[in-house]
Amino acid sequence: MIKAALIGLGKMGISHAAILGGLPGVELAAVCDTDSLIRSGFEKLTRIPFYSDYKKMIEEVRPDCVYVITPTRLHFDMVMYALEKGCHVFCEKPFALTIEQGEQMAALAKSKGLVGQVGYHNRYIGTFNEMKRLLAAGVIGRPFYFMGEAYGPVILKKKGGTWRSEKGSGGGCIEDYAAHVLNLINYVTGSTLVDCAGVQMPGIFSGEVDDATYGSLRLENGMCGQISVNWSDDTVRKMTTSVKIAGDGGKLEADATTLKIYVREDKPEYGLEKGWNFRYITGLTPQVDFNLRGEEYTLEDAAFIKGIATGEVDGRNSFESALQTDIIIHKMIADWESNFKAAKV
Amino acid sequence: MMDRVILGDNQFFAVNHLSDERSRAQAIRFKDDKAIIDVLDAAMDCGIKTFMCTTHDRIAHICDYMRKNPERYADFKFFPCMPYAHKYANAITELGILGTLKAYMPGNIFSVTGKAGIAFLKKDFPSMMELLVDAEMKMFEGMNTPVIFLQNVIVDLMLGLGTDEMFVHFADYIRSRYNAEPGFITMNMPRMVDLCQRVGISSPIICSSINKIGFRMSGSIAEYEEYLTSDREFRPMAMQCLAAGALRPDEAMEYVTRFPKIESVLFGASTKPHILQTKTLIEEGFARNNG
Repeated sequence: MIKAALIGLGKMGISHAAILGGLPGVELAAVCDTDSLIRSGFEKLTRIPFYSDYKKMIEEVRPDCVYVITPTRLHFDMVMYALEKGCHVFCEKPFALTIEQGEQMAALAKSKGLVGQVGYHNRYIGTFNEMKRLLAAGVIGRPFYFMGEAYGPVILKKKGGTWRSEKGSGGGCIEDYAAHVLNLINYVTGSTLVDCAGVQMPGIFSGEVDDATYGSLRLENGMCGQISVNWSDDTVRKMTTSVKIAGDGGKLEADATTLKIYVREDKPEYGLEKGWNFRYITGLTPQVDFNLRGEEYTLEDAAFIKGIATGEVDGRNSFESALQTDIIIHKMIADWESNFKAAKV
Repeated sequence: MMDRVILGDNQFFAVNHLSDERSRAQAIRFKDDKAIIDVLDAAMDCGIKTFMCTTHDRIAHICDYMRKNPERYADFKFFPCMPYAHKYANAITELGILGTLKAYMPGNIFSVTGKAGIAFLKKDFPSMMELLVDAEMKMFEGMNTPVIFLQNVIVDLMLGLGTDEMFVHFADYIRSRYNAEPGFITMNMPRMVDLCQRVGISSPIICSSINKIGFRMSGSIAEYEEYLTSDREFRPMAMQCLAAGALRPDEAMEYVTRFPKIESVLFGASTKPHILQTKTLIEEGFARNNG
């Protein structure tokens, strides 16, 4: 039985806590938060021991792994402390506030031989994995262009309130929404975003941070593309993420529910006929033991726990891969600040 | 007994588990409340009298319309499902948990004289839950709501966290305050059945995915089938029978109707022929398998 402890009981923290409560092979031994309402709720309604000091929790509980589900600016101290104490760490995204901090966390996990995982859950969605598989197999020939998009109705009014709307805290559309898209492009292409240009990050309702992120990007393998991300978009009911990839032999278009495959010729070895082919999430989703909000959240936690228990680390969401996402985010912010911010309307 | 065939509301609110594009098309088609009412009328013409719906703001408009036409809708039943989770999820990202409570709890949580303020001050979670239930139920005033459901994100969250007593509070409150039966939607049916037995919630109505390919049937389809053929005391309701459209209606309903323990089948459809076809498949299937 793997013993887990969790720091940070916001929306994602509570969600991970519940999944850990429902998964076999893991015991949620303690949780930690500084909010008195949350503390009272956990103490009155659950049997999970509660701490308000994470160091004390780790000292006393001696967990095998620690979930760090706090605002980004707090990740570094907490992750480093947990690693120093020999705990495997699951950290929510975005990974680090600065590249140096991200490098230090990744290096420490590696030197101590501990599993580090970051919560980019799209890497556990069946449609995107099938897209990755077919792309690598060359079904659309040589890929030359990608388009990554995400839209959702998060910020629809002018007002702040939480850390997400504070500049420098790891909030804003680029850190919260676009990070998912950038990370997913790296994953499905098996390459790394290295360069950007023409980045625009308009604030639509928020004062200090961006509500949308647009820009052109280039992957290490030479493929170019763009992203279009907006979290102030109420034309969709919830966050909707998609990736399209064009190749000289066809096209792949994936969202969380459907993978559309266009091939110029029959590919019987992949069950594909010339023209459009559709694959649905129903046929691409592994069975999970406990489901809360979607299989991908269970799958990421189950993979992390399994890696610790068996040594079979899937490495899909390593600290290193999350750091690559932070690096391109920083480049995009720098591009926006140098080129366009002066002309902001 | 609940009605055998129950119309759901996903199609009205751009929920489509198979296609984001179809979601968009649905959002456009059901932009006007009249388009929703037309489908409800078509369902009534087919003999369907129960509508299971989330506490989406637009349901309030549907209730207003029905209150103005009481004769036509005298026998019509709502099965409310609360809360409309995305409303709260988006609010928590934007406002934080405290901010969300402030925004959605009726009354002022910082006023020490009201029920909300006292509940908040004493961190009295059962009372806060009651206030939130009342807020969600307000739109159904004067309507017939014989079953009131807790929505799956909340049920499964509470299941994972082990907040067992809150389930009991919810069930007791729904029975005493609304003279209705408590229902629970879940992606983890066997666990929820076990929990209800353990904490003493009698004859719980449990709505879960039940389909031939095991889609969203956590654990395994075999475990679900074992529960559906056992003599465990619960009232199963089947949803996602078409596995988000991966199954043909005839094969989907042939599977679901193999289990006579299933009291009701929830489905979504937007046209009269489609509604009639599905209803016929469900009723004929149960008749065949029980006859």
